[in-house]
Amino acid sequence: MEWNALDLSLKLAFWTCAILLPLAVMIGRLLAWNRFRGKAFVEALVAVPLVLPPTVLGYYLILSFGNTSAVGRIYETLTGHGLVFTFDGLLLASIIFNLPFAVQPMQRAFEAVPMSVREAAWCCGLSHWQTFWRIELPLAWTGILSALVLTFAHTLGEFGVVLMMGGNIPEQTRTLSIAIYDRVQMFDFDSAGVMSALLLCFSVVAISFVYVLGYRGRRNHA
Amino acid sequence: MPEFDPGLKVWVEQEKPVPLNAEIYCAPGEMIALIGPSGGGKTSLLRIIAGLAKPGKGHISCAGETWLDIERGKNLSPQQRRIGYVFQDYALFSHMSAIHNIEAALLHLPKAERRSKATGLIEMVNLSGLEERLPGQLSGGQRQRVALARALAREPQVLLMDEPFSAVDQVTRRKLRYELVQLRLRINLPIILVTHDLNDAMLLADRIYAVSRGETLQSGTPMELIRYPDNISVARLMDLRNVFEGRVIEHDDASELTRVRWLDYELEARLQRRHEPGETVNWVVPSSYVVLHRRHRPSLGERENPVHGVVGECTVMGENTVISVWVNNDREHRLGLTVSNHVAERNSLDIGADISVSLLQQGIHLMPLQARDVSRDT
Repeated sequence: MEWNALDLSLKLAFWTCAILLPLAVMIGRLLAWNRFRGKAFVEALVAVPLVLPPTVLGYYLILSFGNTSAVGRIYETLTGHGLVFTFDGLLLASIIFNLPFAVQPMQRAFEAVPMSVREAAWCCGLSHWQTFWRIELPLAWTGILSALVLTFAHTLGEFGVVLMMGGNIPEQTRTLSIAIYDRVQMFDFDSAGVMSALLLCFSVVAISFVYVLGYRGRRNHA
Repeated sequence: MPEFDPGLKVWVEQEKPVPLNAEIYCAPGEMIALIGPSGGGKTSLLRIIAGLAKPGKGHISCAGETWLDIERGKNLSPQQRRIGYVFQDYALFSHMSAIHNIEAALLHLPKAERRSKATGLIEMVNLSGLEERLPGQLSGGQRQRVALARALAREPQVLLMDEPFSAVDQVTRRKLRYELVQLRLRINLPIILVTHDLNDAMLLADRIYAVSRGETLQSGTPMELIRYPDNISVARLMDLRNVFEGRVIEHDDASELTRVRWLDYELEARLQRRHEPGETVNWVVPSSYVVLHRRHRPSLGERENPVHGVVGECTVMGENTVISVWVNNDREHRLGLTVSNHVAERNSLDIGADISVSLLQQGIHLMPLQARDVSRDT
């Protein structure tokens, strides 16, 4: 068992969720209640990581954020280190490839809040901010939590993009899924087995939790 | 300085997304009903009054305060308008108990004050004991009461109700109507009720606005609209079925009558000088002004506009029988009347039976000629 890899994976999953939470709530809400030109394109863009091979996504991320790219250079100037093969780069990649896992369940959750309920809140004198905190969030929380659990689980298990963007540097970018791959390459099936079993258990628990939340969410809106 | 008007004054005009051309006035303590077909713009009007939608042109003021003035770029938000809105589906906050739903409209008050005021409102709408229940644990009628209490919590300047009885059964509906009548005595607000149920409008409203295709066609007391509809569209909205075409023969000032030719009958109507002799008009008679001649015991009243035919259709609907008379045995000229079941039985009013009725002079109302198909399917 590689505890460093587990620690890194958990850290990556935590920060991915922490950053995606406000971002996905904002995007999910925007897509749920607004009609605007190019909405379908924005939705497609958010969903692209679902269908794109991780290596392709990783390739474009290296291209966009690599040390020779504009973003990479600016980042290096600001922080003293580049994005590729660092934890920061890994986190950025993780946020991008998890976007659909976070946004889509939140979008569905906000869509399930009837427009008339929001309007009733405004007619009751609640400001848009109060309506968000007191009405929208409590009604959509099951979807938001589902999105976070999915994102967390997906980040723990992600392999291709992580390998492309982060490589395999112990304690910096070597996550659990990469450690498993490495162990199998070295015919160390015992360690690989323990780590795989851990990820399997976590995934089953996480997905079960998502389904339970789904039932609960539907009951709330009934 | 403009004179202070405590009521709600609405003028709205637009082409899109829903064509609207409406003028409404509702005094404090008055309840007006907007009736009309679904999709006719009633809810759009309510939403504009609430500030949930913005019209192309318009001006809305309530209690002397301007809420909307498109020309001057003024448009207060729903939060600024102090309205109470009962939504068609009640739009309760499903994660909050009944009392918390009401308290949500009282956030401007200190916490302790919120609870006591919400409790008072719960009592007012007869929901004591159910304060902590979630909306999902309440019946349709109870949910409607919570929605009403929540709408009143903010001490609104106007109460808007969109089809408030559409989601409840008939027994609850009757009860809620009664409670609303009682409640009205305690609140001195302009109340606007949107409904497609004529019964609700007739029983509750002081005045009715007939709305079709976004246009306020006519307003008046329920009886005025029943007896004196301006045109066929209004007559149809008021569910008046006895609408026919005739020609004005003459006005008789001495007897205060206007004579109208219809088929081979010369009908006498109350004097209506706005239509010239020779003019082709539509005329209408409410079924309550169609009197059945007792088949076995003729009486003097039968001299008033007697019309003869056969019973074309005879349908028992609850305690009443709805009869369609085919005048002069012609199914193209159908005259409807409603009688109690026992009257139908005593007079042997079965399909095919000969029947004579009188059209009471005071009930015959003339209207400008209009194509028959307008609003027919409403």
